[in-house]
Amino acid sequence: MKIEITAFGIAKDILQQKQMVLDCADSAMVGDVRAQLIQNFPDFEKLASLKFAVNTEYVSDDYQLKSNDEVVLIPPVSGG
Amino acid sequence: MLSKEDYQRYNRQIIIPEFGEQGQERLKKASVLVIGAGGLGAPILQYLTAAGVGHIGIVEFDEVSISNLQRQILYSSDQVGESKAIKSAERLEGLNPNVQFTIIKVAITSQNAMQHIERFDLVVDGSDNLATRYLVNDACFFLKKPLIYGAIFRFEGQVSVFNLDLGEDRGSNYRDLFPSPPPPEMVPSCSEGGVLGVLPGIIGSMMANEAIKVIAQMGTTLSGKLFVFDALDFSTYTLKIAKNPDNPLSGANPSVTELIDYEAFCMGNIEAKQLTEISVQELSDRLKENEVFLLDVREDYEYEIANLGGVLIPLNKVINQVDRIPKDKEVVVMCKMGGRSAKAIELLSEQGFDNLVNLKGGITAWQQEIDPSMDVY
Repeated sequence: MKIEITAFGIAKDILQQKQMVLDCADSAMVGDVRAQLIQNFPDFEKLASLKFAVNTEYVSDDYQLKSNDEVVLIPPVSGG
Repeated sequence: MLSKEDYQRYNRQIIIPEFGEQGQERLKKASVLVIGAGGLGAPILQYLTAAGVGHIGIVEFDEVSISNLQRQILYSSDQVGESKAIKSAERLEGLNPNVQFTIIKVAITSQNAMQHIERFDLVVDGSDNLATRYLVNDACFFLKKPLIYGAIFRFEGQVSVFNLDLGEDRGSNYRDLFPSPPPPEMVPSCSEGGVLGVLPGIIGSMMANEAIKVIAQMGTTLSGKLFVFDALDFSTYTLKIAKNPDNPLSGANPSVTELIDYEAFCMGNIEAKQLTEISVQELSDRLKENEVFLLDVREDYEYEIANLGGVLIPLNKVINQVDRIPKDKEVVVMCKMGGRSAKAIELLSEQGFDNLVNLKGGITAWQQEIDPSMDVY
């Protein structure tokens, strides 16, 4: 299935784009997407502790994704 | 009790039904501590002062620098080098002389945070680094004070309301979102990553708006939600924050029960161990004694503003020019603040270099501690 990834902050730099479509297994959970992103973008490992939001709600790694879900990555930013 | 002048000055908000006389009275009785009088702090202070908050504390140790003026429109060019806390209070008193200001011209630390915060009803965090954000979050949690949160990076901003009194419970806090920080190079500051000048105006104004709503007890706040804005494509998200059972403050098994060393916490222990550092004082001594190979990984234009005579190879060219860097003697790597040089060391270590030392605080620390006459940016 395909899911949409939207990245903010430094995650946008690591994925080299704001939005991308990720092909993943139909049974994929959020944790699987995390692993897939680390495999495709090794620097993403440094954001390994980041919580993922799916369709405007923060979820844990065992959250079962559905086709066309939007996964939003929001790392901390510190500027003021 | 509102005075005749209050009714005149605040007329345009008193006539709004949701706000009214009661909203104005609540603002007048309220005290707010604003952490930082920079990009976010400036609009927060201006709007809270104009709106008639009774007592405002300003925590700021820094001075106005020319690179602030692109976004910190509270200040003027002739104030470069002067105290932000003092200059902002002067300007704000001119804006609204009915507000009482407390100037706190120190850096907020684990040692003084509790005593400053406990004197105020509400805290607004406009600080510019992650360590202070965790410190303020944790102190507000321990003191049961509501906290207006906002942070910016390039074109992006985040806003939320933390630790709001919900009667039986308190609202979510920063550690529900980010229980612990990622490595420091993943969280660049405005001076490292850049920021569009208008962005802190937008985000700071939203923070002031949330502060006024919390004090006046009107509307629906961002408690339990994180607002995220990207000015580059105008995308906005409002995400629900679930209470995190692993929150080290408010989760099922709290592990943080008092303020900690937030600098060390945000440096990341593993990273800190791998990286050998040298202070600007040590470098200064060593430059006098013997030959040090100094590698500067900033950009050309930065080098032109100020340099220590090092060999210039910008970070993105380092890997292609490794033959210019000696392997047989110690190499001190430097940048503006120590972030890019740490990244360069990481990249070069993968190429077999084991003789690299990071200049802690970069040329900024050098300017502050060794040579104040040096140009800053």
